[in-house]
Amino acid sequence: MRRRPGRTLLPALAALIPLAFLAVFFLLPVAAMIARGLHPDGRWTLGPALEVLSRPRTGRVLWFTLWISTLGTAITVLLGVPIAYVTYRLALPLTGLVRGLLVMPFVLPTVVVGIAFRSLLAKSGPLGFLGWDGSWQAILAALVFFNIAVVVRTVGGRWQSLDPRQAEAAAALGAGPWTVLRTVTLPALRPAIVSAAMVVFLFCAGSFGVVLTLGGVRYSTVETEIYLLTTNFLDLQAAAVLSLLQAAVVITLLLLTERLTAGSPNRLRGNGARQRVRRADLPHLLITTAACLFVLAPLVTLVLRSLQVGDGWGLDHYRRLTEVGSVPTLQVTVWQALLTSIRAAVDATLIAVLLGLLVSFVITRRADSAGGRRVLAALDATFMLPLGISAVTVGFGFLIALDEPPLDLRSAPLLVPIAQALVALPLVVRVVAPALRSVDPRQREAAAALGAGPWRVFWDVDRRVLLRPLLAAIGFAYAVALGEFGATSFLARPTNPTLPVVIYQLIGHPGEDYFGMALAASVILATVTAVIMTVVERLRGRSGGW
Amino acid sequence: MFRTSRTVLVAAVAGVLSVSLASCSTTGDSGSDTSSASSSGSSAGGSSAPKQTTVRLVTHDSFVAPKELLAQFTKETGYQVQVLASGDAGKLANSVVLAKGNPTGDVVFGIDNTFASRVVDAGALTPYTSAKLPQGADKYALTGEAAKSLTPIDFGDVCVNVDDAWFAAHKKAKPNSLDDLTKPEYKDLFVTPGAATSSPGMAFLLATIAKYGDNGWQDYWKKLKANGVKVTSGWSDAWSVDYTAGGGKGSRPIVLSYNTSPADTVKDGKATTSAMTDSCFRQVEYAGVLKGAKNEPGAQAFIDFLLGKTFQASMPANMYVFPVDPAVAIPAQWKAAVTVPDKTLEVDPAKITANRDKWLREWQDTVSG
Repeated sequence: MRRRPGRTLLPALAALIPLAFLAVFFLLPVAAMIARGLHPDGRWTLGPALEVLSRPRTGRVLWFTLWISTLGTAITVLLGVPIAYVTYRLALPLTGLVRGLLVMPFVLPTVVVGIAFRSLLAKSGPLGFLGWDGSWQAILAALVFFNIAVVVRTVGGRWQSLDPRQAEAAAALGAGPWTVLRTVTLPALRPAIVSAAMVVFLFCAGSFGVVLTLGGVRYSTVETEIYLLTTNFLDLQAAAVLSLLQAAVVITLLLLTERLTAGSPNRLRGNGARQRVRRADLPHLLITTAACLFVLAPLVTLVLRSLQVGDGWGLDHYRRLTEVGSVPTLQVTVWQALLTSIRAAVDATLIAVLLGLLVSFVITRRADSAGGRRVLAALDATFMLPLGISAVTVGFGFLIALDEPPLDLRSAPLLVPIAQALVALPLVVRVVAPALRSVDPRQREAAAALGAGPWRVFWDVDRRVLLRPLLAAIGFAYAVALGEFGATSFLARPTNPTLPVVIYQLIGHPGEDYFGMALAASVILATVTAVIMTVVERLRGRSGGW
Repeated sequence: MFRTSRTVLVAAVAGVLSVSLASCSTTGDSGSDTSSASSSGSSAGGSSAPKQTTVRLVTHDSFVAPKELLAQFTKETGYQVQVLASGDAGKLANSVVLAKGNPTGDVVFGIDNTFASRVVDAGALTPYTSAKLPQGADKYALTGEAAKSLTPIDFGDVCVNVDDAWFAAHKKAKPNSLDDLTKPEYKDLFVTPGAATSSPGMAFLLATIAKYGDNGWQDYWKKLKANGVKVTSGWSDAWSVDYTAGGGKGSRPIVLSYNTSPADTVKDGKATTSAMTDSCFRQVEYAGVLKGAKNEPGAQAFIDFLLGKTFQASMPANMYVFPVDPAVAIPAQWKAAVTVPDKTLEVDPAKITANRDKWLREWQDTVSG
């Protein structure tokens, strides 16, 4: 076959743009922070830096991070897969609503959720009898609460596009529902499950506000430790060592998922048709109902407390959010802040989705040699790093790395969406790349052989499998961008606060009214997100006929 | 392979949507971010290079100044203010240290006395002594080198708060001193935010260090722990989840908060809670000119403005702090409920910087061990 120069040149070019973005806005800042820690004043100080690893506290922190994240991931996956089945495969009413509900925690400021959880679990709360306040069980519950949407959406999206005929054939040959699930469906879902599990693990290990709020002083993860070491102790050496450790974990995880997902190509020809509910679905329905109640409990707490005015009930907190000047802390109305958030998140989503598409195309290319495969795997890992590296490191890194023209961007308004896009980008890749992998390369080759140029090949072959995952990725990226506060909070932002910033301002002020308003603002943020996600879903449902 | 008309429709909708989304994004309007509302016409153009007519203020997220106030500054001095906010006081202090020599702004506001020495020692500031420092405000000034670079602007006292109504209802005597908190009758009644994760929590640790000395405070914390103290990560959840008077119907009637907090518990004209005035640590917030500032005169003018009567008078309502100018009146609703302690527990800022890490580590080991 004739080889076009475009076949290697184009991917290389496509890789260059996202790589440049990542290099400037992530690798450079992180490297600068690590260098500040390990190579201050032009001399390597590895010895004293490694001392942090010998501290007993560090050992405890590492161990806790490892087991709580593993356990959190396991439970999230075990709960998430049946929910994905119920909400994406069964012909049931209200599944769209359930999906919207499950994604709400994703955007809620972690401190607010932490407080909602604590209100439930505190000695005086309705679940106080569990004695979970300040315990690891509380942290675990919150981790599952936050991440369940990742599994439901990633796995559900793939489930929807599975070719149902395989399962039908197995059933026709006499396999029971469990056998079908075990031998046909689960293997086909494996890439999505592994991919989601990896993201959840990284989110668990990197969760910060939840662990701080619910763990009190007893529990600390690598992420909270880096935060404390950096902001409180300004111990950049120790923080650098822990950041490197985080990077190593991300790379190891990625190699592991690579191993686990390799060799399971699946033709995705599903039309998204729903099947009728059978009696065998009962356990899944029960799990879904329980999970909904579990997600609802803290949300209801939030809503109730946002409506609580003194000893009575009312919309006062909501009303005050819309009046500038009624509360001095509030320099803009909640609608203005919401608009700012939405705009920043739109920018972030555009950046993340465009770059994510490019990255996905490149890393899903078939490499002809082992060396090529390794390059692609390394590339894949590089783009996952932002999920695993501490927001403090990135945030402060911006400050010290992007401080010289032409890159003096430290107070550029665009830096906020860029920071959000960094977190969203890996998620886009994780959703889009598996879909691209499922394209039979022979289809592309056939199209090319018939004389189609690269764009034509894309339009005729890839676009068709890409649409649904792409919409899912857009929704995901958008939710992540709306809720991102970690790295954002370290950036010197020109005023025009986003809604999460307003919520933190309100919550940090003494006074019951401020607290009520913070909760009201959180409820608005979560509701708007759920609505946006539902609209994206609708778009996705309509396009099912492609 | 054939395309239906619906395909075309969806593609068109997506196209229109993406274009309209792009146009409502943040990239288009960077020019409007200069917050000073006055004479906004001159700030058009969106160039990021600051002109000499702009003062860039680096501060924390709790900085609140109404647009009219900043407009007044512009009117008086000709400088526009661009507010760059980032995180809490701790993040702010560390940002200033990390960006020393090539600062993100001209002037910083919000460095407190627990971080002051770190910022000064790092050499991130240029000395400036404001001639506008009000009479009586000098008592908040730092000592030594730090005094030359940091100007006190406001203060707030972190104190143990007691829910008087709860103690009356339970017919119990309320605690009156830090010592009382370790007594069996107050077991499981006290909640405080942690020193490592919260700035009032840090202030309380310093209060105990001031009171019990370098070698006695660990013992005090051991006793607190044995007596069932609850340590939360942040002030907000200590107050709104655990405190009996914090709105969350918690179970602990003693909380570490501010001396102004009783003003939030006023019922029928009377505060139902009070601050324990012998337990207070004073947090003072400072402003300084950043070394390498592009607009040094503007930075100095802004510090003068922060010390002016108008701005000082705006601080209680906007930021929940007391102005350093004793001649400025505090809000009426504070007068009934808030007492400013005559004497507070103090630790020298230089000593804080020298021992901060050690203290925090020991504290962590004590409360989590």
